[in-house]
This record gives sequence, structure tokens and C-alpha cells, in this order.
Amino acid sequence: MRNYVLRRLLQSGLILLGISLVTFILLYLIPADPARQIAGRSATAETVANIRAQLGLDDPVMIQYFRYLGNLVQGDMGRSYLQKAEVSILIAGRLPASLLLMISAIVTELILGLTVGIVAALRRNKFEDQALMIFSFVSISAPQFVIGILLLYFFSIQFQWLPIGGYGTFAHLILPSLTLGLLGAGWYSRMMRSSMIDVLHQDFVRTARAKGIAQSQVIVRHVIPNAILPIIAMVGIDIGLFMSGIVVVESVFGWPGIGQLAWQAIQRIDIPVIMGVTIVSATAIVLGNLLADLIAPWIDPRIKIK
Amino acid sequence: MFKLFLAGLTGLALFGNVALAQVNENAPQGGSMTVTYKDDVATLDPAIGYDWQNWSMIKSLFDGLMGYEPGSTQLRNELSASNTISADGMVHVFKLKNGIKFHNGREITAADVKYSLERVTNPKTQSPGAGFFGMIDGFDSWNAGQGSGLSGVKVIDDKTIEIRLSRPDATFLHVMALNFASIVPKEAVDAAGEDFGRKPVGSGAFKLAEWTPGQRVVFEAFDGYHRAGVPKLESVTFEIGLEPMVALLRLQQGMADTLGDGIPPAQFMQVMNDPNQSKNVIEGGQLHTGYITMNTRMAPFDNVMVRKAVNMAINKERIVRIINGRAVPANQPLPPTMPGYAKDYKGYPFDQDGAKKMLADAGLANGFSTELFVYNTDPNPRIAQAIQQDLAAIGIKAEIRNLAQANVIAAGGEPDQAPMIWSGGMAWIADFPDPSNFYGPILGCAGAVQGGWNWSWYCNEALDARAAEADSMTDPSKTAEREAAWRQIYVDIMDDAPWVPVFNEQRFTFRSEKIDGDGTLFVDPVHIPVNYDYIFSTQAK
Amino acid sequence: MLNILGQLFNRPSAVFGIAVILLMLFAAAFAPWLMPHDPFEQSFDGLTLMGEPLPPGGEFPLGTDLLGRDLASRLILGTRTSLIIGILANGIAVVMGAFVGVLAGYFGGWLGMVLMRFTDLMMAFPALLLAIVLAAIFKPSLLIVALVIAMVNWVQMARVVYTEARSLAEREFIQVQKAIGSSPFRILFRHLLPHLLSSIIVFGTLGISTTVLLEATLSFLGVGVQPPTPSWGNIIFENQTYFNTAPWLVFFPGVAILLLALAFNLVGDALRDILDPTLKGRH
Repeated sequence: MRNYVLRRLLQSGLILLGISLVTFILLYLIPADPARQIAGRSATAETVANIRAQLGLDDPVMIQYFRYLGNLVQGDMGRSYLQKAEVSILIAGRLPASLLLMISAIVTELILGLTVGIVAALRRNKFEDQALMIFSFVSISAPQFVIGILLLYFFSIQFQWLPIGGYGTFAHLILPSLTLGLLGAGWYSRMMRSSMIDVLHQDFVRTARAKGIAQSQVIVRHVIPNAILPIIAMVGIDIGLFMSGIVVVESVFGWPGIGQLAWQAIQRIDIPVIMGVTIVSATAIVLGNLLADLIAPWIDPRIKIK
Repeated sequence: MFKLFLAGLTGLALFGNVALAQVNENAPQGGSMTVTYKDDVATLDPAIGYDWQNWSMIKSLFDGLMGYEPGSTQLRNELSASNTISADGMVHVFKLKNGIKFHNGREITAADVKYSLERVTNPKTQSPGAGFFGMIDGFDSWNAGQGSGLSGVKVIDDKTIEIRLSRPDATFLHVMALNFASIVPKEAVDAAGEDFGRKPVGSGAFKLAEWTPGQRVVFEAFDGYHRAGVPKLESVTFEIGLEPMVALLRLQQGMADTLGDGIPPAQFMQVMNDPNQSKNVIEGGQLHTGYITMNTRMAPFDNVMVRKAVNMAINKERIVRIINGRAVPANQPLPPTMPGYAKDYKGYPFDQDGAKKMLADAGLANGFSTELFVYNTDPNPRIAQAIQQDLAAIGIKAEIRNLAQANVIAAGGEPDQAPMIWSGGMAWIADFPDPSNFYGPILGCAGAVQGGWNWSWYCNEALDARAAEADSMTDPSKTAEREAAWRQIYVDIMDDAPWVPVFNEQRFTFRSEKIDGDGTLFVDPVHIPVNYDYIFSTQAK
Repeated sequence: MLNILGQLFNRPSAVFGIAVILLMLFAAAFAPWLMPHDPFEQSFDGLTLMGEPLPPGGEFPLGTDLLGRDLASRLILGTRTSLIIGILANGIAVVMGAFVGVLAGYFGGWLGMVLMRFTDLMMAFPALLLAIVLAAIFKPSLLIVALVIAMVNWVQMARVVYTEARSLAEREFIQVQKAIGSSPFRILFRHLLPHLLSSIIVFGTLGISTTVLLEATLSFLGVGVQPPTPSWGNIIFENQTYFNTAPWLVFFPGVAILLLALAFNLVGDALRDILDPTLKGRH
């Protein structure tokens, strides 16, 4: 087991290295010249040339990459072209807020999604199933921007139960988590429903009922744990999916996370920030997958760690 | 019909009178205001900050030798008590005021002025504004990294500084009013190093009290400020990270006082149709022009007949209607509020049949295909599609390339990539209120280089010479003559038609009832969105 | 095959789903004849005097957009792009993902490790950046955006299938097949895949909505369809901020996306019932 974890960590390190290289090269391929961006619209050719030299942008791409790596292992992610502040500080300042939002969104998704999925599976083809199906599909198809503003409008403006965006208390966390999590809840509900239907039809369920075990016991002790497997796989995926949702949700609710940082950087081709955010989110994704793979055998003992 | 609407709109607005804003001496001191922004503040270092968000924030934290009368484009002495210009226009001498201090308490001396100017022109600072000081003697060598400073800047005594130019330049005093010419204390810069942009220390009406990244920036009044009674407000809070639509909701609920990003286009009509809200919206002009550039180096735009035809094909009234009347159609490069604007110039008429005929005369009776580059933020793609339809009406099939800002700028900076660009979102807003600012980088030969902003790659050497001549008219008595020279230069540019000027955007500032002041302070051409230094709170005692 | 079709038509929900899908295919194929107006014409009557879009009714059955173009016509034309993205791009992603996932999950070992690490890599891959680079280098096209979307979506399918395949691989009935010497391919396709089918179908149909909306984001960055070509996703995306002043611009395309995903889901659900081995007791 320990060997497995160590091996995976090593592999993850290699993957991150690969991602950093690919990202760096992609950024290098973008025709926009960072020196011109920094030098601004009124700069002379000399200023631009001078900035290029100072940032080492005239060196071949691999040299620049290794220079970046060298700094990275010392914890230096460079300075943002736009904000001049250190990237590591920019990210560290905003990461906790995004992590908090992501975790609470995942919790929301699981609670909402699993409940809906289980109820739908148990009431299959009846009215509740149809109604919940519509709910799931609306959650999946509706743009998160629209959902966010609608929720804000109803709960913060009309009823005034919750603050109009912002950060700091639990009350501030509710609407953003709900908005971010609704999409995933839709997915989880459908996957759970499908998975449960599969499990409900299996022999051992009938056997258990035949033995006289109560329906509810069967469901809780046997059906759900077996059905939940694909959901575990999906939580790992979520972290990746979240990145796009986070940009929208954070800006609607004024949540000071890295989504805003990332989007601004992408629009303005702020290379050091894009590198930093990509590496950080890649780390989160890879670790998330590792975690999901480790939990899976715990849920389903048949799965072996090879 | 449309003009009536605009007139009506102006009537609704809270407009102040006359050219100079009346600073209300009786207004109460104290209170605070909240401004909302979506993007994080990039930097507050006056040598670096060059976006429209931090430009006026820096103006409130820092002062330079020159400044502007509030709410106007009229130059005035700021940190200088007086200034003189030599007869040949080459030597400027400034005398500093008494009792002017930095936020850290130290008194400002002429040595600080020399330090600040050398810092911004030092190549190591990487300032985007270094080029503005090109007229100072010794700039070329210092900016190339040689020598130990700007030889043209001399400290005469503690309160007197002399600046020698390498050529007479009529825009010099405007340059001294730019943020880049702000005076900074050496000890604070040395202490903060590269983080001076996060820990700014200046001598402006406000000082930085708090900066929580991604959330808020707070300014508080500097009580050692050299103008009595300024600022009126005790503090200004900038709330960061808010989507403009949500910011508007907050303003409507009384939780914000003005919108840094303006009224979102989607809610504009809703706000203006509600008398309770529209009475708090002030409309003003901006030193802005939105235009289509045509690359004079890419066929068939190298043919002036084609460019004229395009000028005649664009339905500017319709485009202004599509953006709910938030602009005024334009027929020349300069905006109406800029000195040098040609009021009587008619420009090219909207005449699509005439345009088609002109294309036929140029041998392109069947039209041609081309590309139109545009920045992807609303409302620019819409405007581009309206332009596309107008071009199609005269036989030009334009494919739209909808890209991130940096990509459009990069394409424009290459001579063979972007045949047409709609400038929206990157349109030129003047750095300072002088006609020469609209020329050099975007229409002059100096800008027609790789990475330049002269996206039409237009280079007319004769006009360049006339521009330099106009800028050498430093004698204040020749102001009218200089203006006329510039006016003629821009009219002559329109004969070559490298651009299609489309509209000049109007500014609409929505304020809460908790802040007040002369109308012009809310549409101050130099301080966007509002002039924080002179606005007062209606809630203070 | 015909047997399956026959069974499908016995179920009303499946019939509804098939009808919707056929209707949309019809709309996509015969769009030029079905559209009430020219979808690209920015008509003067399509906007109020102040430039606001018109609500549904009268000359414009579903209202107009911000440039005065008929929404109904644009929705009909947009069916083409959205179907290609939602069905083709998504379909490719699902098939590729399922294939990789089942191979990795069943065989495990070295192959499984390589495949799953590759999946990790693709998951962490900065797809948005790739889109920006592609937009700057190539002329935008539906093909590029379809490829980028397929590239982004297949990994999720792969992970889900992988996890389930891992579990299934250890089950008795599979072990039995191994013991009696069935070839791996026979085991994979005749025995393993049917159990995975329900997850694959569900995931695939859910993916339709997300891919259509993802296409809009990519078009925004300059890849994919460029204005004025309509797609359901980009109509929503462009008009999101207007949803409280012009809700029809978000509502109608949203309903279209919803219907498409729902239709596939209903058919998929029915198919799953018909093909489900455990229901029939078939192993």
C-alpha cells in the first residue's frame, strides 16, 4: 500500500512536470509579446527591447523553461506582468477562499445529488422520478451565471435573508456553494439513480430480501455502498470541472478566489500567473484523482490495489 | 429623433455650469464612499500603473508638479507654486510650494523631483510611460542605461528645479501632470523595492490605509495635504471582484456609491427608464474615439478609394442605437471635447450606393473578402456584426475574428495580419487633453512599427513634419495657431481615410444619494469614474 | 436490432425522446426552408427605437436578439452546430473514454497505469490555453472546437468507466470466464461492457448539455464558430447578462439544450432497460 502511494506520488510529480512544460510551450506559442504588454501602448521600441532583455525573453524557449523550473523549486513563481506582485503571494492569498468554496460545493453536490438520485431510483418511473429528472436536467443545462444571479436576486434582494455577495461568514458561503454545486448535483443525481437501479436488480438484493432483511436496511447497508462507486470517481473529476464554474461564480458573488485571478491572467496573457495557476490546479486535480483511487477500494473491497 | 433623445438625456443629468467646477467650500468634511470594481487593482506605483482603473486612484494618492482644475482639462500648478518657461521654450523652472509633505511626514524638496523623474525614465523600472519624457535633455542616453541620471534635470536649490529640454515641446506641462511624473519618496521606494506598487507612499489627498488582495482597497484622507479642505471625504473604499451587474444591485440597495465599471450595458435602459434612478445618472463626454482601422499595407486597403468607400458604408446612427445611445457618431479622429476638434467638418456622408460606385471605380465591382478583428467583450462583437452587415451591403464580405484583447493587439502590431480592426475596448482614450496625444502612437510614422499601435500602418511623412512643428509652438500666445495647425492635420488625415471614425463614447456615472458635488466632478475627464478629492458626503455633519 | 427498436417504440417516454431528436435533426437538415426570417439580417424593425430587443410575438415569434435578428430563425440554424457538438463531439469523447477506461480497469497492471496517468495528464491539461493558442494560429472552425471538446470530455468518461471496471473485473462471473479461458476481447465486450453500459449512457447524455455550453466558452475565446453564426450555446453566452431584461434570449435556447439532453436521456434509459443483462438474468 505504501509502495503504491509512493509510486503514485512519483508519477504525479512527473505528470506535473509534463503539464508545466506543455503550458510553458503553449504560452510561448501565443503571438502576443509580453514585453509589449508591459511596455504599454505609448512605449518606444527601445523600451520594449529593454524589457525583453530584462525578462530574459530573448533566450531560447527551453532555457527560459529551465530558468522557470529552477526558480520554481525554490518557491519563486516569478512576478505577475500586470500586477508586478509575486505570483506565489497572489495565489496564496486567494487559494484558501477557492478551496473553501470547492469543498462546500462538493458537500452540497453530494448531499443534494445523492438524495435526489436515491429517491428517484426508489420511485422509478413514478411521478417523483419524472419531476426529479426535470430538476436534474434543468440544473445541468442552466448557465451558472444565470442561476447565481437569480439566487442572489431572490434570497439577497427580495427576501434579504443573505448578503449580496462578499466573503467572511457562513452566510456568505451558502449561495455561491449552491450555485457552483447545482450543476454537479444534477450529474450526481442521474449517475446515482442509474447506479442504484443497476444494483437493485442484482441477485444479492433479492437474496437479502428473501432472507427477511428490511427494505431500508438492504438499501442503506448494501445498495447504496455498492452504487456509490462511480460517484467517487466523479468527485475526482469535479475538481477539474470546477475551474470553469469557479470563474463565473466567484465574480457573481465577489468571492476572492483564484478564479478571477486566472481569468484576468488568461485574457491579458499574464504568463507567470497563468503558469502558477495551472500548476496549482493541476496539482489539485492529480491529488484529487489519487485520493479517489485510494478511497475506491475502501468502498468496494473487491477492488484491488495492484 | 435620436438627437432629441440625447438632448433629453442631458436634460435629465445633473450638470454643473461653466468650465471650472465650483469647489463647494461649505460642504461638510468627513464621511466615506464605496466604489465597486470587477478586476483586481494591478498596481498603485505611479511609474507603472497605466490602466483606466488605477489611473485615477493613483491621482488621488500622488501629486506631480502640475495638475488639472477639478472637473476640467485646465492645467494648474499642483506641487509647484509657480513655473516659468524661457523665451525659446527649452528651459522650464518650477518653484515648489511651501509645506508640502509626503504621507510619511517628510517635506518634499527639489531633489525628490529629480529622483522621481529619473526613476520613471530609468530602464530598470520598466515604466510604460518613460517615452513621454523623451523631450528632456539627456533622456536618450539615460533611458538606454548610460550615465547616472537625467542631465537635463537640475536641482537649483531645495525649492527650485530646472528642466532643460532637447527640443521645445508644447505638451511638456501636460506631461508634468501625468501620473508618470508623480513625485515619490526615495526612502519608501528603497524600502519596498519591487513591491512599491502595493505599498505606495505619495503626497496626494489620500493615503493607502488597507489593501486586502482580491477584496478591497481603502484610502483615507491625508491631513497634511497642501490644499486646505481637501479632500472632503474621510475615506474611500474600493470593493473588488464584483460582477458589474451585482455591483449595480448593491448600488440600488444603498451598499455602494458609484460603479467603477460603469452601468452594465444590459441594465442601462432599465436604469434610464426609471426616473428615480436616472436622476442620479450624470452624462459627460470622454476623450475617446472608437474607430475601424484599415491596414494601408494590405490590399485592397492600400487603395484610398476603397478606404473612402468603407467610410461611406458604415451606418453610424444604427450602431449608436444598438448600444442604446451611449455614444455620439464621429466623423473625425478627435473627440468633440478635445481642443483642435473641427466643428464644421462634414466628413464622409453615409451613402452606400455611392460607396458601391466608388468600389466599382476602383476595379472592385464584385466586392472582396476580408477579415475584421475584434476584442471579445460585450458590446464589441455586436458592433462588429453591425459593421459586417454594413460592409456586406456594399459587397465586402468580412469574416469576424473574435479574440482576447492581447491577441488583437498583437495582430494589429504586425504589418500583414489584420486588414480591419474594430478598436472597441482598446480604443484610444487620451493620456492628456492635447491633440498631439491622438497622433504619435496611432497615426504617426513612429507608431507604424512592429508592436506599435498604428494599426492602419499609416505613415505620412509630410504630416509627421507638420505635427512636430505644431508641437514646437510653445509660446502661449500661439495656442490658437497651434490648435488650428492640429485641426488641419486631422482633417487632412481624413482625406487619406486610414480610419473610419465611428463614435465617441459618452460616460454615464450613476451615483448614490450619499455623495454629492458639482456635476463635472462626476464626469471629470481626467479622474474616472469620479474625482475623489473634491466629492463630499451628504451624510457627514 | 429490429427487436430492440420494436421494444423502444413500446415505451412512451422513449417515443417522445426519439421524436424530439428526429425533429431536431429535421430542423438542422432543412433549416433554410424552415426559418421564418433571414437569421443574419439585422432588421431595423427588430429593435425598439432605443435599440432594445423585441419580446416574442407578432412578426418575430420568439422575439429578437440585441442586433434585431429573429431568434427563432437563429435557433433553427443553430441546431446544426449544437447537434454536431452535442452528438458528434460528445459521442467521440464518450466512446474514446469508455474504451480507455475499460482497458485500463480490466487489464490493470502496466497498461492500466500508463493509460490512467495519461488520463490524469489530460485532465490537468490547460484546455482553455490550448484554445487561445489555436485561435491565434488557425482560422476558427467547427472542427477545431469539436476536437478540443472531445479532448476535454473523454477523460471524465474514462475515469468513471475505469473505476467501475476495476470493481467488475474482480466479480465472480468475470473470474469464471477467465478461468474457462475466454479470450480477453470476448470477456470485455460480451460480459463486461453490458454492465458498464448504463453508466456510459447516462454520462454520455449528460455530457450533451455541458458540451454545448462549453462550445460557447470556446467560441468566446476565438475558436469555433465565429459571429454571426449562431449556436444555442453562444446565444445564451452572449446574452447572459440580459436575462432579466430580455429573458427570452436565454430561456428559449436553454430549453432547446434541455430538450435535446432530455430526449437522449429518455432513449438511453429505455435502451438500458432493454439491454440490461441483470434484468434478464443474463450474465
